[in-house]
Amino acid sequence: MGAMKRFAARVDITHLPGVADPQGATVERALPALGWANVSELKIGKSIHLVVECADVAAAEAQVRAMCERILANPVIEAYDITVHELAAR
Amino acid sequence: MSVRVGVVQFPGTNCELDALDAFDRLGAAAELLWHGDATIRGVDAVIVPGGFAHGDYLRTGAIAQFSPVMGAVRDHAAAGGAVIGICNGFQVLCEGGLLPGVLQKNAGLKFLCDTVEVAVVSAASALTNATEVGQILRIPINHFEGNYTCDAATLAELRADDRVVLRYVANPNGSVDDIAGICNAGRNVVGLMPHPERASEAILGSTDGVVLLRSVLAAATTPAIPG
Repeated sequence: MGAMKRFAARVDITHLPGVADPQGATVERALPALGWANVSELKIGKSIHLVVECADVAAAEAQVRAMCERILANPVIEAYDITVHELAAR
Repeated sequence: MSVRVGVVQFPGTNCELDALDAFDRLGAAAELLWHGDATIRGVDAVIVPGGFAHGDYLRTGAIAQFSPVMGAVRDHAAAGGAVIGICNGFQVLCEGGLLPGVLQKNAGLKFLCDTVEVAVVSAASALTNATEVGQILRIPINHFEGNYTCDAATLAELRADDRVVLRYVANPNGSVDDIAGICNAGRNVVGLMPHPERASEAILGSTDGVVLLRSVLAAATTPAIPG
């Protein structure tokens, strides 16, 4: 097995289109009172940050995607977006 | 011989003793099942009770579905045994794929603690076999994520197959189609947000939950209701 590299991954989880996001809607409604009346499509989700050791970036992405499908996101109501980049060697 | 009811206890579960007591009062032999043990010790029915299993971290039920006991619960369900998820237990069964859909945050973004009316929609399930369709039950709810949702195809299937077992009379949480409880295709796995164990004695303000608990005991002694 070749040397493993370290990758930082960020998973952004948001509601699927059409799924109610009452938190986002409430915050959006609060903004005009503070003078920002030009904001729309506000969504509140969550982000998960992690470091994974893999042979290459494709393997890292594949693993994080599998983790999203299995546990990190619930595909019934949530969409996820994965960003992976290699960390400098220690 | 008494019916043996196993009540699953995760770290963060908080309704397990209420469930034990309610079933014991009905003459069952109820016992706790620790989530870390990969067995249900041969019980006749499994209750996944309310609470905050594993702190509800990530999502409600998301971590609990991987607890060692859940493999044995799945085997019991696959063999036609009664498995009832109450409140957080409903969330765990949905996350674990034993029931379709998911419980999301209440539409009003408020934690709800109230006694509500639910109507029996189907009397053909492990939770409702002793009830009559149309029967109205007053049972407490106590949840922040009780807003049931699923995709349109799943909802159509639930309706077509008479798998919506309980509906709210006045929808408190935004749940799709006023759903308070559903069952699986085999009708032996049922999830509901209301807490029947909290409506099991007059001193609690309602005894309307008893008929549901009795249904569970009846299903446990005659498993494998045809689906």
